[in-house]
Amino acid sequence: MKSLKTLVIAAALSLGLVGVSQHAALAQAADPVASSAAVTANPTDSANVSASAPSDAASPASAATPAGDADYVPLKPVDGVGQPIPAGMDFQTQVTPLGQQAYWFSSAVLLPIITITSLMVLGLLFWVVARYRAKANPVPSRTTHNTLIEVIWTAIPVLVLAVVAVPSIRLLAAQYEPAKEEALTIKVTGYQWYWGYEYPDEGIGEYVSKMLTKDQASEAGEPYLLGVDHRMVVPVDRQVKLIITAADVIHSFAVPSFWVKMDAVPGRANEVTFTPTKVGVFYGQCSELCGIDHGYMPIAVEVLPVDRWEAWVRSRGGNPDGEDAAAASVVAASAPATEAVAAPAATLAAN
Amino acid sequence: MTDIAATAPAHGQDAHAHEDHDVPGFFVRWFMSTNHKDIGTMYLIFAIFAGIIGGALSGMMRLELAEPGVQYLTGWAQILDPAAGDTQGKHFWNMMVTAHGLIMVFFMVMPALIGGFGNWFVPLMIGAPDMAFPRMNNVSLWLTTVAFVLLIASMFVPGGSGLGAGTGWTLYAPLSTNGSPGPAVDLAIFAVHLAGASSILGAINFITTIFNMRAPGMTLHKMPLFAWSVLVTAFLLLISLPVLAAAITMLLTDRNFGTTFFDPAGGGDPVLYQHLFWFFGHPEVYIMILPGFGIVSQIISTFSRKPVFGYLGMAYAMVAIGVVGFIVWAHHMFTVGMSVNLKMYFTAATMVIAVPTGIKIFSWVATMWGGSISFKTPMMWALGFIFMFTVGGVTGVVLANGGVDQNLHDTYYVVAHFHYVLSLGAVFALFAGFYYWFPKMSGRMYNEFLGQLHFWIFFIGVNVMFFPQHFLGQQGMPRRYPDYADAYSFWHLISSYGYVIMAVGLLFFFINIAWAFIGGKKAADNPWGEGATTLEWTLSSPPPFHQFNDLPRIS
Repeated sequence: MKSLKTLVIAAALSLGLVGVSQHAALAQAADPVASSAAVTANPTDSANVSASAPSDAASPASAATPAGDADYVPLKPVDGVGQPIPAGMDFQTQVTPLGQQAYWFSSAVLLPIITITSLMVLGLLFWVVARYRAKANPVPSRTTHNTLIEVIWTAIPVLVLAVVAVPSIRLLAAQYEPAKEEALTIKVTGYQWYWGYEYPDEGIGEYVSKMLTKDQASEAGEPYLLGVDHRMVVPVDRQVKLIITAADVIHSFAVPSFWVKMDAVPGRANEVTFTPTKVGVFYGQCSELCGIDHGYMPIAVEVLPVDRWEAWVRSRGGNPDGEDAAAASVVAASAPATEAVAAPAATLAAN
Repeated sequence: MTDIAATAPAHGQDAHAHEDHDVPGFFVRWFMSTNHKDIGTMYLIFAIFAGIIGGALSGMMRLELAEPGVQYLTGWAQILDPAAGDTQGKHFWNMMVTAHGLIMVFFMVMPALIGGFGNWFVPLMIGAPDMAFPRMNNVSLWLTTVAFVLLIASMFVPGGSGLGAGTGWTLYAPLSTNGSPGPAVDLAIFAVHLAGASSILGAINFITTIFNMRAPGMTLHKMPLFAWSVLVTAFLLLISLPVLAAAITMLLTDRNFGTTFFDPAGGGDPVLYQHLFWFFGHPEVYIMILPGFGIVSQIISTFSRKPVFGYLGMAYAMVAIGVVGFIVWAHHMFTVGMSVNLKMYFTAATMVIAVPTGIKIFSWVATMWGGSISFKTPMMWALGFIFMFTVGGVTGVVLANGGVDQNLHDTYYVVAHFHYVLSLGAVFALFAGFYYWFPKMSGRMYNEFLGQLHFWIFFIGVNVMFFPQHFLGQQGMPRRYPDYADAYSFWHLISSYGYVIMAVGLLFFFINIAWAFIGGKKAADNPWGEGATTLEWTLSSPPPFHQFNDLPRIS
């Protein structure tokens, strides 16, 4: 059993490496000199990857990329994805399972109910206005009571609300499900007026994420007031657990397309989880009045394929396998955690 | 209530009072007033004045938000402080957000509904000669006025990064404590203190008056629904305002005397402030809407020429709303990081409020059902109120769901929601009441055509202004932002056009008032005909300086 787990982890690791090398190949394709240099420098790696991807004949140099040394290239935002769309009316497209569940509840349950209710009241008003205007009905009735109808219009709303309550409570329960063990933990700190992100398990110390000025934004192809200099970067399809706090006043961390909003309160560590299922850049904005630059401390979350996320972690001087290594150490039982963390890095170095 | 036939005195005995031989001179009458009608009039004038300032602030905000980018803020800040730069400009924005909220809540809606119409018509409707504590009534009025002066003064003194308090009307700590040095926030806190004290005194006055000074035969279960609504409102004020007073006093000591109630560095908790504030704040939203419910009930009944349908259900629905309104406050705080059980409770409890509210909506429709409806201006406003309050109410049901609020919290969806229940709910009720009682208060008829024009333009304007804000909110546009990403610009522009339309409508309101005083017809004692059955219509228009010297008997 233990060996099987180890095998699976090893397989996952090597797959990850392949992914990294292929991605890096794309980045390096434009630079044949560098590529060929890489070939000579890494003969063994070249052989390994070629074996696992023999059909990749179109770009032989790709096989030669050193695994793990891929450059992190920030994703370009895509118009209308992870950000508001011009004249948009609906919620931003949801890219997390919880977001999709909440969106379904909101748009398939609540929206029809409130629309029907409003139109029903409007219809009733039009009806009484037309039917019981003084001309049409000169002599008013003296009816002031009708127990049956009063019971009905009390009971029906109760029933409707009871029906609404079921998916509502279910949604809350889902949102509060404890984070999984393998979740990526990021500590988020709100400051006047920027965000700080820290990846404790990956060994990435806190770095600061500030809004791009108008000029910087247009240069970088980022939406102004949403684009930031250093994004929060997370892998796709892996649960992310945010531990959110603030250093000065209350801020609120919000990403609409994840259906995430959690206040950053000084002296508190709030937790919220999300699992992005799409690669891309997703924007949010501070959502609690925090002073003059409340409107100027946006949030940008970049969701990357696992391999490229690992490349990003390395580019930050961190170790992407922190969590895996910890898991491996559990498997190995006797191995101290620090050694386990160091092990994959050593493997990479050997490559 | 239903039919209140005042068997006795109405006009005759009061005729001698009408000769004004006991009316004091100008200064004593208006500055040392103990007359509920004079005080009510002054409250209304005050509320209109404050409303103009609060409304001008929202106009400036809509102007700034009409297109992306920051166009005007720095220039406006320089009017107050020639040395102002971009920082002061952005602070000016937060100051406007704060002042607009505080003014509209504490100095427009509350003084108009409770101080104005409550003072004027609760004694008249229950057949009382005046309020129970006339001099305390005067104290309430002038405390409100002084509070308003303090709030306006706060805009001109340093509040951290610029002039004025930039904390939002909620005054959340720690932004309002160590986040905002300078006297502006202190002045704003004092303003809220005084406004709160004024309201507590007013609440005591109304409760005492309604419990002890009803005319013979006017049992609680015969009392007009407007008086009921003010009674429930007074209890909400009496219970909730001391909590606010405590909370903002703690803000004051945190700011000035080194306490740490809301500072985690000293073992405090910023979220505690939010709990205290919203324990007041949620009843407060019902304080602003319940008198509106009462006004609309009177008007619907009057112009349908039919007694209110399900009178007891209507009265106790308001009591239920008042009671439940006290146990739902944390739905304003769904994102502060509370436990799942707490969130489930507040979700469920909040949705419960929809039931008594629904009872009221349906009862209004049923009141009209079978009636003989005439569409005078007050009735138009009341009809508008019913529909717009329904729209604001159903979006409230959406926001009640903690799981959904996780996305919509602090976005324009919330802004749209509370403006639908306030700017299209409470304000519609205000205009409805104003047109309904204007002939009684002034003795003059307003111009019906101008009134209709005012209604339709205003109705279109506020809907154009606030409906698109639902879309902005769903798209993720946060509240209290002076600038926004380009994608939001379309609906923001539409919203700003809506403001202009609304402002044009308001113009006809003021023209109408001027018209009425200059050339308006003299109003009859009861200009609304047989549907108007409450006691104020048995008096002259305007009523004598002192009414009901001999108490009416209610059969």
